[in-house]
Amino acid sequence: MTGSIAALGAGLAVIGVGIGIGLIGGGAMEAIARNPEATGKIQTNMIIAAALVEGAGLFGIVVALLGN
Amino acid sequence: MCGVSLPRILQAPMTKLNCFLLGLFLMASPAVLASEEAHSADEHAAEAHVHAAEHSDEHAANATEEKEAFNPAEVIMHHIADSHGWHLFDWNDHPVSIPLPVILFTEKGLVVFSSSEFDHDQEGTHVVEAGGQRFVNIHEKIYYASDVANDHGVFAEMDHETHEVANATPWDISITKNVAALLFSAVVILLLFLPAARSYKKNPNAAPKGVAGFVEPLVVFVRDDIAKNNIGPHYKRFVPMLLTIFFFIWINNLLGLVPFFPGGANVTGNIAVTMVLAIVTFVVTNVNGNKHYWGHIFWMPGLPVAVKPLLAIVEFVGIFTKPFSLMIRLFANITAGHIVVLSLVSLVFIFETVWVSPASVLLTLFISVLELLVAALQAYIFTLLTALYIGAAMHEEHH
Repeated sequence: MTGSIAALGAGLAVIGVGIGIGLIGGGAMEAIARNPEATGKIQTNMIIAAALVEGAGLFGIVVALLGN
Repeated sequence: MCGVSLPRILQAPMTKLNCFLLGLFLMASPAVLASEEAHSADEHAAEAHVHAAEHSDEHAANATEEKEAFNPAEVIMHHIADSHGWHLFDWNDHPVSIPLPVILFTEKGLVVFSSSEFDHDQEGTHVVEAGGQRFVNIHEKIYYASDVANDHGVFAEMDHETHEVANATPWDISITKNVAALLFSAVVILLLFLPAARSYKKNPNAAPKGVAGFVEPLVVFVRDDIAKNNIGPHYKRFVPMLLTIFFFIWINNLLGLVPFFPGGANVTGNIAVTMVLAIVTFVVTNVNGNKHYWGHIFWMPGLPVAVKPLLAIVEFVGIFTKPFSLMIRLFANITAGHIVVLSLVSLVFIFETVWVSPASVLLTLFISVLELLVAALQAYIFTLLTALYIGAAMHEEHH
């Protein structure tokens, strides 16, 4: 087996981020479908929430880089 | 509609022609670099082949020595890290860089010399004598040089396994690449805003023209959507600080994406820089905390008394984790973006063929455009969260 546990940890962190941002995107799509007029507001809030979830995932990446 | 401002901001300056030119430029530079390197690699391979066929073992040995394996991790880390000189390009295999001043606070006082005295050495084999003391540069960290070189010619005590250096270091307050880039971006920000401020003072009732017109929607966005919505009645005090944070982060992010001088320095991806920004947020938030803020932290109302001390501990740690997360979020986003871009460009060097370049260039273009979005978004998120924390600290209770 090549590679390191740190890389494995980083990959696991990204699973959580992928699921989180997918849920956010899905919720945003549904909301836009129900109320197309509010698309701008929904989009803005979606981007903000996605950035915050990504920030949490990047904690995992940083710890992986530190541990390597 | 202020709620729609963020996507509008990204659409407004980028006309279709600008997008095309940007794309063309982004495609051209890696392609040029890639074709040069690929050609020289192919030439070396051809030479090696001919020599091995015609001559004896010594020529074959020489040929394999010429072709060093490309280590992408090392190259990428070198581009992300700070350095004492600003490396511009390689001319005929010789590095060309701008020498920056090395300023050290040593046991014997301040020592200043040009980083060119290290002669591009990063392995500690070249000793610089200055101010009566001797220094070496090992991976862009400056140490006091040992008197005698070890078996590898390095003037320092290095552990064989971990490559950790045991020598002492002076206080390094040099003008490094990141500091020089910071100074440059400060000049850019001043050039952007001082003329705008002057034009407002001269014609207070006229419609803004020139730089002021360019900058006004962004400033109004920060003032209204970020500061006023989140801080409340005393928001005007904090608008200058929020504007500074917003434009500082955005402009440094953008400059970090430019591949040539004076851009290309990874300033906001340097954790010391993001740490200082987070400390500013931390200080401003806690200095402006009112009684309700501290009350909620140490004695949260509306809970059973048994739980309150536990929550006090959690909330106290929360005072520190919030700016800490700001620091890590900005640092990791920007550094990860740079690593991805550099990895995609390195694809051509890893496969050592010019035919990978269409895929590499297209992927790099896509990721670079995404990085433009991330540059603006991370500036917005940092500023928004700072405003939210300040607003929470100053929130008046109205039960």
